[in-house]
Amino acid sequence: MNNIIVYLEIEEGVVADVSLELLTKARSLASKLKCKLEALAIGSQLDGIGAQVFQYGVDKLYLADDARLYPYTSLPHTSVLVNLFKEEKPQIALMGATSIGRDLGPRVSSALFSGLTADCTALEIGDHEDKKEGKSYTDLLYQIRPAFGGNIVATIINPECRPQMATVREGVMKKEIFDANYKGEVVNLEVAKYVSDSDFVVSVIERHMEKSKSNLKSSPIIVAGGYGMGSKENFKLLEELASVLGGEVGASRAAVDAGFAEHDMQIGQTGVTVRPKLYIACGISGQIQHIAGMQESSIIIAINNDENAPINAISDYVITANVEDVVPKMIKYYKQNSK
Amino acid sequence: MSLKIVVLAKQVPDTRNVGKDAMKADGTVNRAALPAIYNPEDLNALEQALRLKDRFEGSTVTIVTMGPGRAAEIIRESLYRGADNGYLLTDRAFAGSDTLATSYALSCAIKNLPEVDVIVCGRQAIDGDTAQVGPQVAEKLGLPQITYAEEILDVKDGKITVKRRLERGVEVVEGKLPILITVNGSAPDCRPRHAKLVMKYHHAKTVTERQEQNDDYMFMFDKRPYLNITEWSVNDIQTDVNWLGLKGSPTKVKAIENVVFQAKESKRLAGKDSEIDELMKELIANHTIG
Repeated sequence: MNNIIVYLEIEEGVVADVSLELLTKARSLASKLKCKLEALAIGSQLDGIGAQVFQYGVDKLYLADDARLYPYTSLPHTSVLVNLFKEEKPQIALMGATSIGRDLGPRVSSALFSGLTADCTALEIGDHEDKKEGKSYTDLLYQIRPAFGGNIVATIINPECRPQMATVREGVMKKEIFDANYKGEVVNLEVAKYVSDSDFVVSVIERHMEKSKSNLKSSPIIVAGGYGMGSKENFKLLEELASVLGGEVGASRAAVDAGFAEHDMQIGQTGVTVRPKLYIACGISGQIQHIAGMQESSIIIAINNDENAPINAISDYVITANVEDVVPKMIKYYKQNSK
Repeated sequence: MSLKIVVLAKQVPDTRNVGKDAMKADGTVNRAALPAIYNPEDLNALEQALRLKDRFEGSTVTIVTMGPGRAAEIIRESLYRGADNGYLLTDRAFAGSDTLATSYALSCAIKNLPEVDVIVCGRQAIDGDTAQVGPQVAEKLGLPQITYAEEILDVKDGKITVKRRLERGVEVVEGKLPILITVNGSAPDCRPRHAKLVMKYHHAKTVTERQEQNDDYMFMFDKRPYLNITEWSVNDIQTDVNWLGLKGSPTKVKAIENVVFQAKESKRLAGKDSEIDELMKELIANHTIG
């Protein structure tokens, strides 16, 4: 009762990074709130899950193991969460802001009439005073998220309803092992008690999953392109620079929306958050929603025609010139002078 | 086979093209500086609905939108592209609704419609980016959902087949009707306005709009009933006001801040060969690259 519970996303028996990142965050929140950290795995053949997650400080692991529960479909997973939450009354429930978490979270929150905040960039514990109602609340979950295309940051709270639910994108929180020898308890749920046969109304006929092609999150060097690149063809130049330097290519939302780059290359609040050693922003004006996803880069180089582009303010080097002129020079110098 | 299709659409401020004057000094949004547009993924949803209508003769596409009076524009825009009719849900009682209260209101409106086989809506709206309203409406109506749809492949024997585009892959799923489907931006763009339909529906108006504009076309609204855009207030749909607006919203906004980034002292370069060489030399020397 009153614990924190994290929904584990599982693909082929492997717990997703986003879930491990959430466990890391949830562990520190649980220690602050002096409550237990629980995790919930729903799927098929879940024997290996404990070994993957206990080291993140999980006190209790619920397993709902049934061949029909993998791959994910909305209604059966919703039923497990809703019924388990009714029994266990967690104070906080977290899940990844992925195509699964964003399908499941709203459905669960609607069924329980509990508030859900999507795509949080920070989670904190704090108090709240409602002066109008004369009520005060302690130890609420502050769900902090960008809104309005990233132009504002809002702190959302759910004073009355439990659980307080939030989703977080992959890469926003840091993943860190809590204690390699940590051991928690495993609870096997009797699936038939939680899911009814009528929940299986949508079936997966075909499924092609790929490992993420992009290694943006872990790359020490990122060459990113924006709308200013002008075309998909011009991105080839960035690919060349990235490959010469041993880095990855990323893109701004505007470039992705314009079709210059693939969706999984998007950096920013609605894409991946990155913290490389070197970030080269090419033809990126620097909308807030992009900057929020890369501002922690150690060194930022902006290459842009616009000397007043917002990205220049947060960059270490501002090169006011054409990307097509500058990038080949960089490639040429590096090829000649690196060992 | 004919289908009764409902499209949930939203009018949103265009947050993608936020200029410098979009934020007021006090940190609130200057809505006047942002044009109101048809939420982009709702247009993708409308296209999927219209394709079903093209394919299954006798099908109808009904638009349901919630917002202030000017959101009637969304319904007209849909009529110009091939929708059959629309309902505008507008009432002060809806103000301050979070996604859950919004979903409740929309679900009540849908229950008020005669019958529905397929509900389609955009995956998310660009002013909130939450992607919550679709699944929450489905839950409130007790319907299954298929999110992240890229294409509705087929409808047959009471079942619908849908291709989903996920972050790392594609799925083809089959679900039973009635069902709610949310459509991705990767789905085909919406067809343009049709000139004949623009002519036909140009004067389509809600009751409120008709009262505001005392124009010469008033006589038409009796003769041509399709020009009446239905406006619903809370009293027209069966709702419990405790579930609406701020009261019906479990989430509260505690604080809003303007986003301010720490500015750095930057080195300015003009892109001359010597400057680039110097920069690259520095990056190699301090082991940032190489």
